[in-house]
Amino acid sequence: MSFAALGAGLAVIGAGIGIGQIGGKAMDAIARQPEAVGDIRANMILTAALVEGAALVCMVLAFFVKAAG
Amino acid sequence: MYFCSRFEKAFSNEDRMAFRKLWIILILSSLCTWVSAQHEAAAPQPDATEAHAEHATEAHEAGEAGSHAQHEADGPCGRSVHVEEEFNAGDNAVHHITDANAIHIVGDLYFNLPCILYAPKHGFKFTTTAAFEAKHHGIGEVAQDRYVLIHGNVMRATDESGFPMGTVTVDDYTTRDSIVNGKDKTLYYAVVGGQCYPLESKTTWDGGIMGGGITSYYDFSITRNVFTMLFTGLLLFFLFRAAAVAATRNTGQAPRGLQNFLEPFVTFIRDEVAKPSIGPKYEKYMPYLLSAFFFILGLNLIGQVPFFPGSGNVTGNISVTFTLAILTFLISTFSAKRHFWEHTLWMPGVPALLKIFILTPIEVLGIFLKPFTLLLRLFANITAGHIVVLSFVSLIFIFGNAGQSVGGSVAGAASIPLTLFMMTLELLVAFLQAFIFVMLSATYIGSAIEEPHHH
Repeated sequence: MSFAALGAGLAVIGAGIGIGQIGGKAMDAIARQPEAVGDIRANMILTAALVEGAALVCMVLAFFVKAAG
Repeated sequence: MYFCSRFEKAFSNEDRMAFRKLWIILILSSLCTWVSAQHEAAAPQPDATEAHAEHATEAHEAGEAGSHAQHEADGPCGRSVHVEEEFNAGDNAVHHITDANAIHIVGDLYFNLPCILYAPKHGFKFTTTAAFEAKHHGIGEVAQDRYVLIHGNVMRATDESGFPMGTVTVDDYTTRDSIVNGKDKTLYYAVVGGQCYPLESKTTWDGGIMGGGITSYYDFSITRNVFTMLFTGLLLFFLFRAAAVAATRNTGQAPRGLQNFLEPFVTFIRDEVAKPSIGPKYEKYMPYLLSAFFFILGLNLIGQVPFFPGSGNVTGNISVTFTLAILTFLISTFSAKRHFWEHTLWMPGVPALLKIFILTPIEVLGIFLKPFTLLLRLFANITAGHIVVLSFVSLIFIFGNAGQSVGGSVAGAASIPLTLFMMTLELLVAFLQAFIFVMLSATYIGSAIEEPHHH
């Protein structure tokens, strides 16, 4: 049991909430304006990728902490 | 790159988009997934049976020891690599996603690749993995100038150990876990004539963070990953040459066949990625974006195929994604205009103290963080997908003593649909990650070359 693993898990919780919000809001937006589905989807994927990036940085830091410590 | 751009130019006519034909990809890919899932789930079983039989005979020979066979085999340098350990899902997964010097086809059959090895005092050595005479589990029986092959990877006996040069038959290899400089390491030894010699892994430049370090030799070999990259590159070259030739010949006609298959991708990257993200000067960056997209997509898809020409986990290798991200970084940084640097280093309309202490450091960090997340995203997504597939396959071995008991059969039956599901998901991820990589590259380039808006 290491704190690095715990940190990686916490980062994933944050990213999960973030991506969930993005997906949920995108669904809302598509329901309101079905004709804008293409634009909404492209932006949704882009934003989700950015949130994912933050989580990945945390996970790699956790990995380095575990490998170095 | 050349053919990509030529192909793209030949198809500026938008009427010819044929998105309907995407169904062909769907059918092809689901077929591939089915076949590969079948293969992955089914293949380890005969191997495991064999391993079990071996284990049984060894245990038998060791007398009544039974499960203590491993302890009895422990010599002064650890246990022999030929003794089957208890199945370890983590090690199994890592072994299958890492690079190797030879490609394992089936059983004791290997696709041998050239080795280019360099040791500072001994110069270059050119050979192939065939010279090591690899048998079961990619363990070579012969040492060549202190180089040996263990689990499909080249290792080298240290210079200090006094291991004989030239061609030497190795009796056995042993391994043991040890703590070196406060870190857990698995050490390997070659046993010749009852004496054991420590072995080194190839040099890595990460200073030991990922477990490597500076050792006595460098490995420039055409490994499994390099082979897969060359293979994919050639495949893409011939595909796009054929499509480009067809495109120039049939100007003004509806596209057919291969051309019709590739064209929607090209127009998609141009119309949905490059034009909105980069702006009017998008044409200059199209060759890079298209090449990156098809290269990543090709490698992702080939990495999904678990048998011979595939099986190389290339986009799940951090060095490869690192190189791709460096390309994006160089292109976006070197094409950056005054406007970009002004807004990065000295944001107008913000108090000077705020700029010096907060904004500028964050923005400068951001320049390097952007390609960093780019490389991590691709690496982590592909690796995670492969590990999950391997874990589902490992379920069989974990539950049922190498697939021989009822528990193993039940877990095996359950793991086939799970693997199938995961590989279908990975197929989506393969396209998605190639798209996201190109999309974000285009966004970074777009923000770098943005012209100031005149207010």
